Amino acid sequence: MQRAIKINNVSHSFKENVVLRGINLEIKKGEIFGLLGPSGAGKTTLINIVTGQLNASEGVCQISGMDSSKLSGEQYKKIGVMMDDFGLYERMSCFDNLKFYESLDGNRTSHIDYVLSQVGLLESKKVQVANLSKGMKNRLSFARAVLRKPEILFLDEPTSGLDPNTTKEIHRMILEEKDKGTTIFLTTHNMHEAEKLCDNIALLNEGKIVEYGKPAELCRKYNNQKKYKLHLKSGEDIELSHEKDDIEKLIFYLQNDELETIHTGEPDLEMIFMTLTGGELNK
Amino acid sequence: MINHIWAILWKQLKDTLKNKAILIQFLMFPCMTVIMENTISIDGMPEHFFANLFAIMYVGMAPLTAMSAIIAEEKEKNTLRVLHMCNVNALEYLLGNAIYIVFLCMMGSLVIAFVGGYTGKGLLTFMLIMFVGHTISMLAGATIGVFSKNQMMATSLTVPVMMIFSFLPMLSMFNNSIKKIAKFFYSEQLYLLINELNAIEIRMETIAILGVNVCVILSCFIIAYQKVFIKQY
Repeated sequence: MQRAIKINNVSHSFKENVVLRGINLEIKKGEIFGLLGPSGAGKTTLINIVTGQLNASEGVCQISGMDSSKLSGEQYKKIGVMMDDFGLYERMSCFDNLKFYESLDGNRTSHIDYVLSQVGLLESKKVQVANLSKGMKNRLSFARAVLRKPEILFLDEPTSGLDPNTTKEIHRMILEEKDKGTTIFLTTHNMHEAEKLCDNIALLNEGKIVEYGKPAELCRKYNNQKKYKLHLKSGEDIELSHEKDDIEKLIFYLQNDELETIHTGEPDLEMIFMTLTGGELNK
Repeated sequence: MINHIWAILWKQLKDTLKNKAILIQFLMFPCMTVIMENTISIDGMPEHFFANLFAIMYVGMAPLTAMSAIIAEEKEKNTLRVLHMCNVNALEYLLGNAIYIVFLCMMGSLVIAFVGGYTGKGLLTFMLIMFVGHTISMLAGATIGVFSKNQMMATSLTVPVMMIFSFLPMLSMFNNSIKKIAKFFYSEQLYLLINELNAIEIRMETIAILGVNVCVILSCFIIAYQKVFIKQY
């Protein structure tokens, strides 16, 4: 499969403060890649470097084979960026914000109404951005990012601080973009988001990638205890291992229809992160 | 390039109607001229007194505060980063804003000129002087905006500079010592030119002072642009 983004040995520091240390990553075309890490891990700095907003102290990033620090106008049209701090014009309406960005590209055929309807903001198109809720601003910021029909979409903490319904809406929009063939690079500190959306993830801690892979594979890789959690119809909760005796017990509960639910005891990404770093993702 | 400049210009024009802080800068002195010229008349008062005085205060205040505030706000709200992602280069961005500010200030100046009773050649000369003044002040505002990290820093730098450029011509009427200092600033020189509009005489001293003012402000702008703005953009 073709490569959309290549990050080659990227390090960055702000004066004495080292933020990124020797990052190497490859993101394939059409995949959703998640960069997970606690606040201050260096996620936004890496997005800024990959999108050419910041020059790395060391190393090279490539977007579709082009050096990201030297992107030209046509190449910029192929990427969409949703930043964690919106970057919207507060006094202008939703429509005027998108109209302005569209006019910068010199587009003659407008599909602003279509994009606004996709993000559920068509009815609020004349509302000033300052009067929108945080969730609506997030959706407008997403709309701006996809307005150019980008090949690669960068989403920096797209659901940070949002309620569950809006988060679900944003997830739906991200998956729709994936279906269109867009490569998506998202940063998050929400493990459930990463598990639900991402084809591959990397765990970033103190500027270093500490683990990389498919979420499900990582969970299996760190499943050292190999236990099942059972909830019986009697209300009792029990934990079984892979031992012969425990397996016989499991068969017994199944045969006698005593089992209500069964779950594997695999660790989630939060636990894996804690195992690897001793820290927490949702810091 | 023209496409980007036009888009920024159009965006700013739309935004101005909702941005009271900037709108008042463009409207305050033309409105004050209308009121004062129509309500106050004192025997022996020089011709076009209020129009000339407010015109030069307008030059020293409106383009300077508007330009610095707009750039600083874009930096603080991170919209500047988005423009960079849209392949708008720093020069296009600054040109778009510069044209917008000088255009609106010239509209305001036209109101002042009509209220002041300027017509024909006098009107053209008045507008030319105003254009020079607005352009220099806009450049000073751009220097402050480009240099400032946020709106608060821009305001703290703009206020003293604006006070010097806009109030010195007025204060110099009352105090000779102030007049000796004020003559080194472009706003005072332009005020003198406006007051001599009927028999305008371009002196070498005027050209030299205007030239030095432009060079100093332009140098500051280039330094701030290269050392600060390009890195932030």
